[in-house]
Amino acid sequence: MDMNQYLSMFIDESNDHLQSLNESMMGLEANPEDLSIVQVIFRSAHTLKGMAATMGFEDLASLTHQMENVLDLVRNNKLRMQDFIFDTLFKSLDALESMVEDITRGGEGKADVSSIVSSLQAIVRGEIPVEGGAASVAATPAAQAAETPIHLDEFQFSVLEQSIQEGHHALYVDVTIRKDCQLKAVRAYMVFDLLERSGEVVKSFPSVQDIEQEKFDQSFSLYYITQKTADQIQAMIMNLSEIDKVTAVALDQESLKMLGQESASAVSEVAATATVEETAPAASVASKPLPTKDEANKPGAAKTGAAPSRTIRVDIERLDVLMNLFSELLIDRVRLEQLASEVQNGDLTETVEHMGRVSGDLQNIVMKLRMVPVDTVFNRFPRMVRDLAKSLDKKIDLIVTGAETELDRTVIDEIGDPLVHLLRNAVDHGIESIADRIAAGKPETGTVHLRAFHSGNHVFIEIEEDGTGIYPEKVLKSAVKKGVITQEQASNMTDDEAFQLLFAPGFSTAEVISDVSGRGVGLDVVKSKISSLGGNVTIYSAPGKGTNFSVQLPLTLSIIAAMLIRLGSEKYAIPLSSIVETGIVKNTQIRTIHGNKMIEFRNSHIPLVSLSRLFSVPDYDESTEEETEIVVVRKGERLVALAVQDFIGQNEIVIKNLGKYLPEIQGISGATILGDGQVALIIDPNAFIK
Amino acid sequence: MAEDIKVIVFKLGSEEYGIEVEKVQTIERMMPITRVPKTYSFIKGVINLRGVVIPVIDLRGRFGIEEVEQTDQSRVIIVSVNEMEVGFIVDSANDVIDLNRDSIDTPPDVVGGIKAKYLDGVAKIGEERLLIMLNLSEVLNKGEIVQLESLEG
Repeated sequence: MDMNQYLSMFIDESNDHLQSLNESMMGLEANPEDLSIVQVIFRSAHTLKGMAATMGFEDLASLTHQMENVLDLVRNNKLRMQDFIFDTLFKSLDALESMVEDITRGGEGKADVSSIVSSLQAIVRGEIPVEGGAASVAATPAAQAAETPIHLDEFQFSVLEQSIQEGHHALYVDVTIRKDCQLKAVRAYMVFDLLERSGEVVKSFPSVQDIEQEKFDQSFSLYYITQKTADQIQAMIMNLSEIDKVTAVALDQESLKMLGQESASAVSEVAATATVEETAPAASVASKPLPTKDEANKPGAAKTGAAPSRTIRVDIERLDVLMNLFSELLIDRVRLEQLASEVQNGDLTETVEHMGRVSGDLQNIVMKLRMVPVDTVFNRFPRMVRDLAKSLDKKIDLIVTGAETELDRTVIDEIGDPLVHLLRNAVDHGIESIADRIAAGKPETGTVHLRAFHSGNHVFIEIEEDGTGIYPEKVLKSAVKKGVITQEQASNMTDDEAFQLLFAPGFSTAEVISDVSGRGVGLDVVKSKISSLGGNVTIYSAPGKGTNFSVQLPLTLSIIAAMLIRLGSEKYAIPLSSIVETGIVKNTQIRTIHGNKMIEFRNSHIPLVSLSRLFSVPDYDESTEEETEIVVVRKGERLVALAVQDFIGQNEIVIKNLGKYLPEIQGISGATILGDGQVALIIDPNAFIK
Repeated sequence: MAEDIKVIVFKLGSEEYGIEVEKVQTIERMMPITRVPKTYSFIKGVINLRGVVIPVIDLRGRFGIEEVEQTDQSRVIIVSVNEMEVGFIVDSANDVIDLNRDSIDTPPDVVGGIKAKYLDGVAKIGEERLLIMLNLSEVLNKGEIVQLESLEG
């Protein structure tokens, strides 16, 4: 069978499982006694193993298998979780992750995991000897089981066989619900729920989906793996109300073998089941004996089946295409609006206005489609902070809030690294060592808050810790020493300005270079990355109390509101988000200070930049005019006035890049297509403020 | 016997040049170009080609040949090389011919004022016609432009 079509599905699902494994492990570490978490972990690991095995990634499967062995002991109370086990399991997860990554890159997912495997095996051997003798306890070989209508495929067969070998009970359970029962599906669900609490349903007939949809008579049957005996299970199920009859039969190796032989020769039986399925079409997918569909029958999938997922996976390229098509529509809309206003036909204007509203809604939806919760970036941080804290011998609580806040995918893709850097900083430089914290009268455990929230057209991500804080004097001293600023400059700097120095290239306040951070490739990289996304970083810090790095990001990168301006025959767009004010100044109000033109604005003097001169516009020069239109733009606290000829108006514009061929041009951040089909350049106001 | 290739033929002055047809996306009439400030003089600006912003360079300027006024015959050839899309302004473009790779000879050092590194070779077609094949990746090599600029500056 061609596996390629399943590969991307496999990769997606593996990543999901790995993520949930990571999360559950963190949860378990915080709460080592909670065996229900172990169950969740076990199921995820088990599903992963099954998927890997069917896809032929043997290393992956065997490593997960070893993990499962350890987890199995834990969930059966035969082994208590402890640091060593956690570390080994985390290491295994890392190894699994790198294997899946390798597969993603087109590799074979092979890796040398022998050391991890042997330590996993040591855990299994060292603590508690593997349970062996219980297998023989299995009850009477059951003739009924062999007559079962359920057709097991090879994989399910081997699962049963293996669990019998490992000393679990493999049961064949037949449940009949009372005739007068009103909600058969609910009862059935309760049975499944009950069973899944103490074991695993390997296969059921009819399929779980059919049972949920009440597509069964009064009875259904299933194969089940558990630690409990057949009698116990029978009694458990009978305890539920409206259950008519339950037969649970334990299988042993022999009866299983009979089953296996039967299923091998039972081609006709398959055909028979197939006809049964035809009467219930929905069943076909789940019951077809395709090995890759196995996970659909596993408990994990069966559980989610109870509340069918309302999401679909879409190739991101399709979304990009959708976005591009929509941008073209937007350009046409602007053009239509222009034409309608020229023609002055009432009906036309009305239609165009309506189209405008619809396309506005459409724009919202298209933009929302591209929004991804920041959780996709945040979810790896708890694990990272845990490892860091451990390696630095610190105690740290990471509190994540607002992980559901959504950001454009393009921003999400880029924001990971800067955040990792800031978090590492917070853990390494921010939070003090345990001894220092006690000496300072703070609780032993440091707290790092990772917050995301909306505010206006921006999303803020804050990283706040209750550590040492930043001492402006220290920063200034270090900056002078490194030659970033002169002594003279230092003495005139405010605290905020001093904090900004942390972002200067080649600046790192760490006195000792540690493994974690402080390699000198510091915050300047973070800053430039965030600026390139149109964002901003601000530092708030109280010495001795802690530091807050606040990252401001635009909601989206592809459609923005902008002010269109004219310079001679040329048109430019200025992002509305950075405009503070527009106005007119008389030539007499322009002063020259140190050869630079300045104007008075809100009681201070700000520089006046001549765009026409900067861009060498051929057919316009504002110096010949008596009055000049200005646009005041802002970057952080600083303001600059840009001299323009005319304001054309405000517009939604679609950002396009200038193509790979053009080198970066200072002052220009991209281009957009106007309603008349012409290209206008987008001005990057940040470039004028240094 | 080497394979036959299809070649788009265009003119700069009296010389004829060729670009393999696979590398050419479309040939357009002149259209409004938005000037891009603070860049090389041979980059004339950007155009809107059906919703995509594409930079346009004057091939004469790129090769250091004197630039001329655009005429009715002037065309923009949109090429796509190394995932870059760029438009070339040329004096005219009106021919597609079949060419055998064997008929392309290594170029002499300078042909029509263009350095040999920009050329793939020279092909003789018919009696008196010489076709100069362009090496597009070299023509669009930005590293080389930077050197050029620093020499000028």
